[in-house]
Amino acid sequence: MRNIWTIAKREFDLYFVSPVAYTIAFLFLFIVGLIFVINIGSLSVSQFGFASAPDIRIVTGPMAFLLLLTTPAITMRLVADEVRMGTMELLLTGPVRDFELIAGKWLGSFLFVLTLIAFSLIFPILMNRLVSPGIDQMHMLSAYLGVILLAAAFLGLGVGISAIFSNQIAAFFSTLVVFIILWWLVGAPANILPIGGEIFRYFDMSAHFYDSFNSGILSLGGVVYYLSLTALGLFLGTISIEIRRWR
Amino acid sequence: MIQVSGLTKFYGARRAIDQLNFETHPGEIVGFLGPNGAGKTTTMRILTGYMPASSGVATVAGYDVMKESLEVRKRVGYLPETVPLYTDMTVFGYLKFMADLRHMPNITNAVEEALEKVGLLERAGGYISNLSKGMRQRVGLAQALLHKPEVLILDEPTIGLDPAQIIEVRNIIREVGKERTVLLSTHILTEAQQICDRVLIINKGKIVVEDTTNNLQSNLAGGQQAQLIIRGEAAQLAPSLQKVPGVREVKLTAADSLQFSYESKQDPRPQVARAVLAANFDLLEMRLISLSLEDIFLELTREDAPKEAE
Repeated sequence: MRNIWTIAKREFDLYFVSPVAYTIAFLFLFIVGLIFVINIGSLSVSQFGFASAPDIRIVTGPMAFLLLLTTPAITMRLVADEVRMGTMELLLTGPVRDFELIAGKWLGSFLFVLTLIAFSLIFPILMNRLVSPGIDQMHMLSAYLGVILLAAAFLGLGVGISAIFSNQIAAFFSTLVVFIILWWLVGAPANILPIGGEIFRYFDMSAHFYDSFNSGILSLGGVVYYLSLTALGLFLGTISIEIRRWR
Repeated sequence: MIQVSGLTKFYGARRAIDQLNFETHPGEIVGFLGPNGAGKTTTMRILTGYMPASSGVATVAGYDVMKESLEVRKRVGYLPETVPLYTDMTVFGYLKFMADLRHMPNITNAVEEALEKVGLLERAGGYISNLSKGMRQRVGLAQALLHKPEVLILDEPTIGLDPAQIIEVRNIIREVGKERTVLLSTHILTEAQQICDRVLIINKGKIVVEDTTNNLQSNLAGGQQAQLIIRGEAAQLAPSLQKVPGVREVKLTAADSLQFSYESKQDPRPQVARAVLAANFDLLEMRLISLSLEDIFLELTREDAPKEAE
């Protein structure tokens, strides 16, 4: 456990000296902010004569989508960099279990994304002041929990996939492809199939987010689903490291 | 300390090491010698738990490297061939990270002690990316020494260093080797000669020779060699030297110097001296040369040489 924390701390610190991480952080918060401003603006001056109160979805909705695009860039270097610098040999011959290595990498990236998410809290706080009588706080908590779980799952899968590749670009695109499949494609058969569509819907990453957490409905199934994906990613990563030894 | 028996490793169909057997004892510096691709790194990687062997058993500090890998890894200090460094960290930060992973108490002291040993204490706060190659090598060495491991495994520890740095690193290894077991690989023979108590020569995945550095020289030398420097064309002298009884082989080494080998029992040096004068040359120097590990090494691996050249 201590090793997980040691590795996580190093990764976390590393993000704050890395230009890529700052670029991602800037883009993430800038785009979320931009969408927020546009939404607030258009909702306050409705063309149809009635204005609807904005809710948390104008912040968490774009955030979920941006996580899909940015997390592959956050996780792509986690294992590839170790291979490039030769430090993989150091970690694999140090007294560190393979799982601790992968879990530490994941935790480090997760803490970094949590920091980004924490910064985004400025938008709900602003919105709370703009809207009377304030925003629905339970809805906000639910949506933010969804974003956090989603980030955990994205990063878990990202770390797992990055452990398969020794190359950042390959890791980035493979991760993105897997995310696109889980986000858009898996759920598609649910609308076509007369029976059995539910199974596909259960594996749809976006449905869990938009239909429950982001709509203010906490679902145990969703929690289990995202945590399972995280665990799957970490398991995949651990296995990949194991396979590396045998190659 | 290290015990290896029947260790074999396949990379696909290629046999990288083949039935290796050897052992090392506490307080011994063992040199692992061989040409590139002989299997030195592979063996070291197996011993440090980086990868498993295809068959055979290896124990380090009493633990099986396959079954008790984690215990072995706690007790081994390893410097891989490409020094593994986080260039984005400071020297101190890097060593602290490694000490953290090893759950060491009193980390600051331990890091400072290791840095002191490799002479880098004043660079502790600097970023590794700003260090020269020699300094990086020493940071790597500090990392391997950090937890005072029972066994130290160093893969080509002096490669790419300038002569002054090589001497420094060798001194450090010699110092450390007084208390701990050191297994170091090299293809620089003089290095093995200078720092190792014992040498294992490995070629094509097999151990060709295992002996102390001293024994190796005297056993394999068989005959003696002497160097001759004259005034004049050595090439003209060579044929007449060849005729001197007891001289086995005459070899030109420069325009004015040549080497000859002879049976140690019938020392033909006085006759050689006379032959030089008789042929109207001035004799400037004649001295005994001992066979270097280099020659021994070439001798041992010679039969494979044509294949290697492909």
